[in-house]
Order: sequence, then C-alpha cells, then structure tokens
Amino acid sequence: MIFKARVWKVGDNINTDLILPAVAFYLAPEEQPRYVFHANRPGWADEVKPGDILIGGKNFGMGSSRPAARSLKNLGIACLVAPYINGLFFRNCVNFAFPAVECPGVDEAFEEGDIAEVDVERATVRNVTRGTALTGKPMPPKLLALVKAGGIYPLLEKEGLIAPQSG
Amino acid sequence: MGMTIAEKILAKKSGQAKVAPGDLVTVEVDTVVMIDNSFTAGRWREILKLKDPGRLVVVFDHRVPASTTDSAEAHQTGRRFVEKFGIKRFHDVGFHQGISHQLVADHGYALPGSVLVCSDSHTCSAGVFNCIARGVGEPDVLYAAIKGETWFRVGETVRYELNGKLPRAVTAKDAFLQISGEHGDHATQNVEFGGPGIASLSIPARKTLTTMGAELSAEFATFEADEAMEEWIRARNPQPFECVRPDRDARYAEVRTIDLSRLEPLVAFPDSVIRNSKPVADAAGIRIDQAFIGSCANGTLDDLALAAAVLKGKQVAPTVRLIVTPGSQLIYREAARAGIIAALAEAGAVVTPATCGACGGGHLGILGPNETCITASTRNFKGRMGDPSAQIYMASPATVAASAIRGTIADPREFLN
Repeated sequence: MIFKARVWKVGDNINTDLILPAVAFYLAPEEQPRYVFHANRPGWADEVKPGDILIGGKNFGMGSSRPAARSLKNLGIACLVAPYINGLFFRNCVNFAFPAVECPGVDEAFEEGDIAEVDVERATVRNVTRGTALTGKPMPPKLLALVKAGGIYPLLEKEGLIAPQSG
Repeated sequence: MGMTIAEKILAKKSGQAKVAPGDLVTVEVDTVVMIDNSFTAGRWREILKLKDPGRLVVVFDHRVPASTTDSAEAHQTGRRFVEKFGIKRFHDVGFHQGISHQLVADHGYALPGSVLVCSDSHTCSAGVFNCIARGVGEPDVLYAAIKGETWFRVGETVRYELNGKLPRAVTAKDAFLQISGEHGDHATQNVEFGGPGIASLSIPARKTLTTMGAELSAEFATFEADEAMEEWIRARNPQPFECVRPDRDARYAEVRTIDLSRLEPLVAFPDSVIRNSKPVADAAGIRIDQAFIGSCANGTLDDLALAAAVLKGKQVAPTVRLIVTPGSQLIYREAARAGIIAALAEAGAVVTPATCGACGGGHLGILGPNETCITASTRNFKGRMGDPSAQIYMASPATVAASAIRGTIADPREFLN
C-alpha cells in the first residue's frame, strides 16, 4: 500500500467530535464526510480531492468511539500519518480499513501542500517536495492484514457471521 | 521483571505467562456491552451468530427516551436483536435503564480480573472494579460479541499513588483535573490507581477517575482492589472473582504521588482538559448560561447529593439553566427517596431522566451559539454540547452547583460549610 499525493495538515489533539460532529450522527455514512472539520475548518471537506493524504498532529482522533475514521475514508483521504494516533481512533482505522501510520516527527516534516509518498506496510514517509524521509512504527502484521482485507465487516460477512448489506 | 495490573490481566486473558509493552495480544472478552448508538441505521450490521448471549449486556442510553424517529428506530432494532438471541441483561427505557457505564457499576457486571468492551469511549469507567475495560469501535464490539475475543496493544503503565483525603468541597473530579492539567494525555499508556488514599474515596468517586481515563486517552484505567470494592461487587453479583494485584517489581513508566488533601477546586477552560486546568479563582466571575451535572462521570448519587448540599436553601440564578441528569434510573429513585431530587427541583434545577443527554450534545440541554456552560460531565470539546461557538468549562458537581447559584463561575467552598 503506497500512496503519493499532496498533504493537508492539522494540529495536535484533533478530536472525533470535529471529524464527525453530533449533528451528523443520523445521516447516511456517505453524507457524514461533509461535516468533517465543520467547526474548526469550515469548507475544508469540499476542497479535499480523492487520494489526498492527511498529516495529523499528536494524539490524532482523541475522543469517542464513533466511526469518525470512516468519514475520513469516505471523504477520499487515502491515508493518515500522525506522530501518534489515539488508541480508540486507531482501532477504528483498522476496523474500517483506513490506512494509518504512526510516525514521530511527521508533523514537523511537512507543510500543507507538500507532496508525500507513504508506504503503509513499511511505515516510511517521504516528503517528495523537500527530499526528506522518515520511518515510523509499522502496523502489527495481524492488523495490517485486517486493513488489507477491507476491515472487520467484510471479514464477518465472508464468514457468514453478519448479514450482507450495501454501503 | 513483574507486571502491572493491566499487564497481568492481558497476560492471563491471552493465555500467556507474560506480556510486555509493545506486544499485540488477542484476549478473551468476558463482557460485551452494546448501546443504542450501535443499532442506528447506517451503523448496525445484523448479527447472525453470537458466541454466548450470556456475555452480552444491551443498554439504551445515548438517546433515551428516544429523541428523534431515528433513535426510536435504533431502539426498535435493538429490541429485535435482544429478542432474537434471548439476551437477559437488557436495559430498555424504564425501571432498569441508565447510562451503560453506570449500570455496570449498579449491577456489578465487571468482575475483577475480567475484560469488558463497549463501543463508547468511557467504557474505561469499569476499571474501578480492578478489571480492564476499554472503549472500542462498533465493528470491534460486533467482533467480540460474535467471536468472544478482541485485540489490544500492550502499553506501558503510569501509576498514581494516592495519599491523604480530599478537603471539603473538593472531589475526585478535581483530582482528575489536577492530573490532566499537570501531566496531559496518557495516550498509549495504562493508568493504575493505588495507595493508601484510595480508601478515603467512595466507589462512585473512584469511578469518576476511571471514567475520565478516556479524556487522558489512556488504554486502560484500573484501580487496585480493596475491601470496599469487593463488598460493592458481592452485594450486586454472586459470581466468584479473584482480585489482581500488581507485582512488587512491576515496571512502571512513572509512579506519581498525589496528596489528595492538598487539592483545590479546579476548572478546565474550554475545548480541552489537556493541560488546561486552572484554580477556580482564575475562572471566577465568568458569566454562564447553562450549568450541567450528569454523565457517566458525574451522575452518581454522591454527585447529586453534593449538588443538593450546595444548593440547599438557595436558588439557581434567573439567568442560568441548571440541568441535572442522574446516571441511572436506580440512582434517580435513590435520590428521590433521599429527598435529593426534591431539593434540586426546589432550587430551580431541571432534573432529567437518566441518559447521556446534554453531555454528548444529543438532547436535553443543547447549547446555542456563543453560550457559556459549566459542566460536570466527561468532555468539553469544541461543539461537543451544541453549537461550535459555545464555550464549555469543566468542573466538579460542587463547582457547577455553586456557579449555577451565582450566575458566574464560583468557588464551591463559599457555599459548603
């Protein structure tokens, strides 16, 4: 899993309520991404192009268990890289097969608009614009396999443990 | 090298002699708690097989009674699920309902040494019972319900050694605000509470600390066991259990000592509790529109009784809405029998049924644009309780009640003699 694209940058402690606010709770999953960063960066969701990479700050995704990682994925973000990712948010990245890399120093290594090349399996992050590179913490193989398999729901569906469902 | 409480439980439940920080483990899950949010259209996936319906607890708490047709439909889906698998531990709207984490305490659902998961971040609350409990994603909950297991990354542990006794009008919430203010987040780490000071804290007070572990981004927040905790569980659950003590040579990332007797009322300023706490005097005089006491952190009988003591013989300022939400209907009834509900209502508080309610910005107390709220609940993120322009200060139930009387943020020590 290698992604190369321009990056967006956000600060430290970005929380789940900013990614998936309560007002969007009962909307269909495909409508929820419109509300990403509605409170802290209005209009941003419209500027994102499919394939863009998000560089987060420390403890990215702190807060609730809501499926906020799915909103970033559905918005078209190819992958998330942050110095460290909140434990609960990280679980939901795995659950919804949203590639996420923990890489200390990445928040300092990029300016918004730079081009990044991220190898999720090796946890290497290259700033193509500036010619610098960093290596983070590779995802444990078991979790990486889950991401590659499309997350938990497809896995349970395949085993006949949950009913198939569109969307 | 020995292990901390969380490490010992993770080792035992993953069938290993030892685990260490950095490991990824697959563990058996003893209790899976499912909440109404999970049954929402667009989020729910129909389960065809369950590992063991006896390990499940189903609770409606976030939107109770149903606040919209969407939440009403989620409740219907939940009821069908409960019926289909014959789930006994079901907490529908009515006598047995409450916030899931409060119900775990009310019913002794979390036994020492066990593993509990739920798709709500404040699930760490149950760690007060010497177990490991974690908020996970909704897909994780389904997986655990179906397969009976889940994965955890083993983090290092920070131990808080508590000494002394809290002064008058200072609560476990202030102890939390001291920790979050001074030490910031504990992401990727476990938090372990112990020391002679825990004996002076009631179980509900300890539960405030473990519940707020979510706000530290901790993996697990766990208390050492003592006689009071064992009695609490035995009075509610006949199942046998074995307490888990940390090894003498357990390795901690850090051991920090807190002298409870030196703490004072604190207030976290808007948008975060991380390194954002100040003495109440620094916030005194800030005008408020709403005051809230409730949630899985501060909806206990202790919290309601403390608020009533502050409000006794006083009135909520005419410019303030004071909303009080008991953590469970059981607490509501106990508070009613003790005259606490009447005292709160006489003072001008609005007492709601048990629900997550205003804490999550779901219903029963949404903030409007540019309003200011002081809350004794779990979280003060921007936009958390309503409009993103609202300002949310976080404090103890005593400080919130005192502020409701004055109409501006106030020191509870002026009201409690």
